[in-house]
Amino acid sequence: MPKWFMPLAGLAGVMFAASPFVIASVRYESTMGLVQKIFYYHMPSASMFLISAVVCGIASARYLFKGSPRQDRLAYAAAELAVLFGAITLVTGPLWARKAWGVWWTWDVRLTASLMGWMVAWAYLLVRKYGGPGSDKLAAGLALFGMANVPFVYISVNYWRTIHPKTSVVPTLPADMGGALWFSFASFLLLFVLLLRLRVHLEEQRAKLDSLYLSLDE
Amino acid sequence: MTPPRRSRGEGVRTAWLVLRKDLTVEVRSLEIAYTTLFFAVSCVLFFAFALVKEGKAPEDGAAGILWIAIAFAGTLALGRTFERERQSETLRALLMAPADRPAIYVGKLLGIIALLSAAEIVLVPLVAFLFQAPLLSHPFWLAAVLISGTIGFAAVGTLFSAMLVRARSRDVLLPVLLYPITVPVIIAGVRATAELLQPDVELALVRFWVALLLALDVVFVTLALWTFEPLMTD
Amino acid sequence: MRAALLVIMLLTAPLGAQQPEAQPPKPVDEYVPVSQLPPQDQLPAAPLLVTAYSFVWIALFGYLVSVAHRLTKVQREVERLESDISKGSRT
Repeated sequence: MPKWFMPLAGLAGVMFAASPFVIASVRYESTMGLVQKIFYYHMPSASMFLISAVVCGIASARYLFKGSPRQDRLAYAAAELAVLFGAITLVTGPLWARKAWGVWWTWDVRLTASLMGWMVAWAYLLVRKYGGPGSDKLAAGLALFGMANVPFVYISVNYWRTIHPKTSVVPTLPADMGGALWFSFASFLLLFVLLLRLRVHLEEQRAKLDSLYLSLDE
Repeated sequence: MTPPRRSRGEGVRTAWLVLRKDLTVEVRSLEIAYTTLFFAVSCVLFFAFALVKEGKAPEDGAAGILWIAIAFAGTLALGRTFERERQSETLRALLMAPADRPAIYVGKLLGIIALLSAAEIVLVPLVAFLFQAPLLSHPFWLAAVLISGTIGFAAVGTLFSAMLVRARSRDVLLPVLLYPITVPVIIAGVRATAELLQPDVELALVRFWVALLLALDVVFVTLALWTFEPLMTD
Repeated sequence: MRAALLVIMLLTAPLGAQQPEAQPPKPVDEYVPVSQLPPQDQLPAAPLLVTAYSFVWIALFGYLVSVAHRLTKVQREVERLESDISKGSRT
C-alpha cells in the first residue's frame, strides 16, 4: 500500500467521526426540520455512487480498447463501490422521503434512473463472478452502458416534473449549511478514494495469486 | 487480429448478407419464429388471466402487458438465435471472415428486429382484442412507438447476446444484463402506448416519448457499434 | 440488523400516518434555514434520522471489514504459495 494511505485513512476516520457534530451545529431547514439532516450524508453518497459509475465506465472503456489489466481491476473495484454507495443512497433517501414526502418511494425519473443504475452495478458484479471466461469484457461492455445513464440521473430533476429537489439547491445553500455539506462531501470523497485504492489492492493480490498458481503448474 | 477498414458499401453488403443468411436459415424451419410467437401470446394470456377481476381485464393494463410480452419474447428470441449460432459455430466463422465487424452486428440486429416486428404484428391485435383497447386508433404513431422501442431493445439485446455466446450461465445472464439497461426503453414505450390508448390523445406527449426513444436508439446503437469489435475479440 | 431496521420502520409508519397528511411539497430550488424547530416536528423524525446515519456508518464499516477480510485471506494464500515455491526450488 502506498505511503499516503494510512495517514489519509486516519484523516478520513477523524472527519467522519466529527461529521455528526458538524452537521448538528448547523441550522434546520424550515419546511423539513430535523429529517433534512439526512441530506448531509445522502447527497455525498449519491455523488460517490455516480462518480463510481463514471470511473467504472471510463476504466472499462480503456480496458476494452487498450487491454490494460490495471484498468480492469479499477473497473471491478469501482463497480463494487457503486453498489455500496448506491445502497447507502437508496436507503437514506427513502428514510428521508418518508417524512418529507409522506411516501417511502415514488417512481419519479431520478429515483427510477438511480435504481436502474444501481441494478446495472449489481449486474456487473454478477457477471464478473458467474460469467466464466470472457466475463471481464462482458462486464466492461455493460459498464459503458451504465455510465451513459449517469448524466441522465443528474439532469433528470431539472427537466422533468419531479418531487426530488433540483440541483439548484446545492449552489444556493446558505454558508453554514454549505459548509457542513462540503465537509461531509470531502469526507465521503476521501473515503471513496481510499476504499477504491484498497479494493484495487485486493484485485492486485488476487492477480498475483493467479500468476503464482500458473507458475506452479509450469 | 482486426480486419482492415473497409468501405461503407462493403459494410452494407456484409450486413445484408448476414441478414439474408439468418432469414434463409430461419425460413427453412421457422422454429424460432413459431416458438417466440407462441411464447409471446401465452405471456399476454397469462397476464390477462392473472389480472382479470370479475370477468373483466384491467383497461389500463394493455400498454404494460404488450411491452412486457415484447420484452420477454425478445429475450427468448435473442437467446435462441445466438444459441443456434453457438451450436453451429457460425459466429466464430463469421468473425474469422474478412468482414467489417460492426456490419456483422448490424446484420444480426436487423434479423432480430424483423423477428420481433413479426411478433408485434400478432401481439397488437391480440392485446387490443383481449383488453378492449383502441390500439389501432392511431396506427402511424403506434408503429413509430413500436419500431423505435424495438430498435432500442434489440440494439442492446443483440450486443449482449453476442457477447454471452461463450460465457457461462448465459441464459440467466442475458436478462440480468439486458433488463436494467432497457428500463428507459420500456418505460418510454409503455407511457407512449398508454397515451395512445387514451380517449383524447395528447399527441405532443406521444411525440416527446418517441423523440426520447429515438435518442435512446441512437445512443445504444452507437455504443454497440463502437464496442462490438473489442467485445468479440478474444 | 435487518430485523432492527424493519422494526424501526414499522414503528415510524403509524407515527407518520397520525400527522395530518400534508400535500407533497413543490420541488424545492432553495433551502431556507431556520434556527428553531417547530415543536410538532421534533420526535417522529429522530428514528428516521438515526436509522439513516447508522446505516451509513454500518455499511461503510461493513464494507471495510469485508475488503480487509478478503485481503488477509488472499495474502495468506500468497505467502503460503511463495514459501511452497521457494521450498520446491531449493530441493
